[in-house]
Amino acid sequence: MSSAIVAHMLTRRFGEFTAVADVTFDVARGEVFGFLGPNGAGKTTTIRMLCGLLSPTSGSATVAGIDVATNAPAVRSRIGYMSQSFSLYADLTIDENIDLFGGLYGVPGDRLEQRRAWVKDMAGIGGRGDMRTGDLPLGAKQRLALGCAVLHEPPILFLDEPTSGVDPLARRAFWDLIHSLAVAGTTVLVSTHYMEEAEYCNRLILMNRGRIIAEGSPFELRASMTEPIIEVTTDDAARAVEALDGVPGVIEAAMFGRAVHVVLEEAGLRAHVIDALRRAGRTVHNVSEVEPTLEDVFVSQVRRGGGAVAG
Amino acid sequence: MLSARRLAAVARKEWIQLRRDVRSMVLAFVLPPFMLLFFGSAINWDIRELPIAVVDRDVTAHSRRLVESFEASGYFTVTERPATMTEVDALLLDGSVIGALIIPPGFARDLSGNRNAPVQLLLDGGDANTATIALNYADAIASRYSQLVLLRGQRVVLPVEPESRVWYNPTLESSNMIVPGLIAVIMSIIAAMLTALTIAREWERGTMEQLAATPVHRLEVVFGKLLPYLLIGLFDVTVTVTAGVIVFGVPLRGSLILLGAMTLLFLLGALGIGMFISAVLKSQVLATQVAMVATYLPTLLLSGFLFDIASMPAVLRAITYIVPAKYYIAVTRGVFLKDIGLDALWVQGVSMVLFAMVGITAATAAFRKRIAQ
Repeated sequence: MSSAIVAHMLTRRFGEFTAVADVTFDVARGEVFGFLGPNGAGKTTTIRMLCGLLSPTSGSATVAGIDVATNAPAVRSRIGYMSQSFSLYADLTIDENIDLFGGLYGVPGDRLEQRRAWVKDMAGIGGRGDMRTGDLPLGAKQRLALGCAVLHEPPILFLDEPTSGVDPLARRAFWDLIHSLAVAGTTVLVSTHYMEEAEYCNRLILMNRGRIIAEGSPFELRASMTEPIIEVTTDDAARAVEALDGVPGVIEAAMFGRAVHVVLEEAGLRAHVIDALRRAGRTVHNVSEVEPTLEDVFVSQVRRGGGAVAG
Repeated sequence: MLSARRLAAVARKEWIQLRRDVRSMVLAFVLPPFMLLFFGSAINWDIRELPIAVVDRDVTAHSRRLVESFEASGYFTVTERPATMTEVDALLLDGSVIGALIIPPGFARDLSGNRNAPVQLLLDGGDANTATIALNYADAIASRYSQLVLLRGQRVVLPVEPESRVWYNPTLESSNMIVPGLIAVIMSIIAAMLTALTIAREWERGTMEQLAATPVHRLEVVFGKLLPYLLIGLFDVTVTVTAGVIVFGVPLRGSLILLGAMTLLFLLGALGIGMFISAVLKSQVLATQVAMVATYLPTLLLSGFLFDIASMPAVLRAITYIVPAKYYIAVTRGVFLKDIGLDALWVQGVSMVLFAMVGITAATAAFRKRIAQ
């Protein structure tokens, strides 16, 4: 089975600034593939190059087996794309937006009516076709934007931070939608800066400062962390991180919500950490060994690369 | 492969957006007739019944007859009869008269004695245009009066007497010149302003990226966006031409089909330029301002609408050749007043075709470039 998306050494520079450097990956058909990384990591630039909206400085990409550089129009009729700002026309009604994108994607009239019903049902806006899109709540707007991007049932869907700014419940529901599209055979490439969302992907790449720093399934990525991690709850997480800086045996200490995640050279150093914290005047409430999260993986990969986090 | 369906989808969307945007609606439907009525009434180069003051220090039958001949000409009305020069000064200063005719004592005596009988005419040069015209009229009136005095009422046949006839605008009504030119000026400005918003709006609202990611071809976007504005432009020209004929009584002697065809080409060019500005600048405010300056100034100053091109310095005269409104004004004036056809307007016809091509090409090129940014 050939890949749905192939990127080979994709690079994009804006003047002196390199937004994306040597990005290589491939996405199998029907996969939900994630781009994970902070703002400014190069996710949006990469997606724009894959959609033919931006030409790469060097490197190449094929989408649905078509070379993006030489035949962008053919690519565009086979993809759906939802940009960061779910940019529908706010001054058009729901139905008018559906008419517009139906027309642009060349969806035949009778098919468009079926799709219209599906989109409105999916977005929970049935019967409100004459409402201005700008007046919709954000969650409904986001679903409508997704609906408009897949009116023509494209085999490949690009979603650029589709859940940013949306509340957690709506985010969860949106991911269910992504999965139902994937089950129906759509290849979905989705970018996010929410670490927990990466768990919903079949496979993902971690990006920082324009480069891929790790790649694999969420399980593989977590398994790549061989060092033990302990979660320490203290009276003051920020000061606890400070206190652990430079302590022998501690590879890394980072705030994790109100707790601190400490990456150790070996599990036996646990007592050593507690001592160091108490000497610094911290009260230690609880210490437990934890499974690494993708955030831990991300932080650890950035550290190994010797770089700082962009954004 | 261009698709009529996609083009129609863009045109329909643009039309709906236009209908819901108050600013565009005012620009499209309120401003053109308003500008025509406003400027059509305000701009007037006809000199009629200019108010003047008369100081008659002679008070004789001769001096009264001179004043009468000024009034009888229809160009001047005596509104003030001040007693002193100080009062004359004040009247000229506050602008209640544009000139003063001062007849010195001994005017009749000098005339009867066959001596030179000078009178003084003071003119407010603040409005140089009016002053020049008034001066010419006053000269003519005075020399006519001198002839009468010299010949003591006898008729003579002058050896050379020009018999002037003014064609196309026999009564030299300035509205006959202004209204056709004004229609061209209004359409130049409105057309560029209308489309200056359209692409910048998409960039500002982030919809351009979404549009660019669909299979729509850039020509479909350009023409789809142009279509509603083209119809509006043709509607505006129809309204302003009708108003010119009905309200200002301008004769419409030429072919409406020729006017329509030239207007269509001109609008394509002007709308295209507006769209080009919009695509390059990507900001509605900036694009509106640039479109305004880029169309308003050359159209007003260098098109021959306000100032005679033949009397411009060579550099400016050269620039006028690339001002599209210059050619369109020749079309509107020609069709309105002269009933001239393509045989006389072929230069303008070719210019309109070129302008339309340049406008569309610029819009399309700018649009493509920006998608890949």
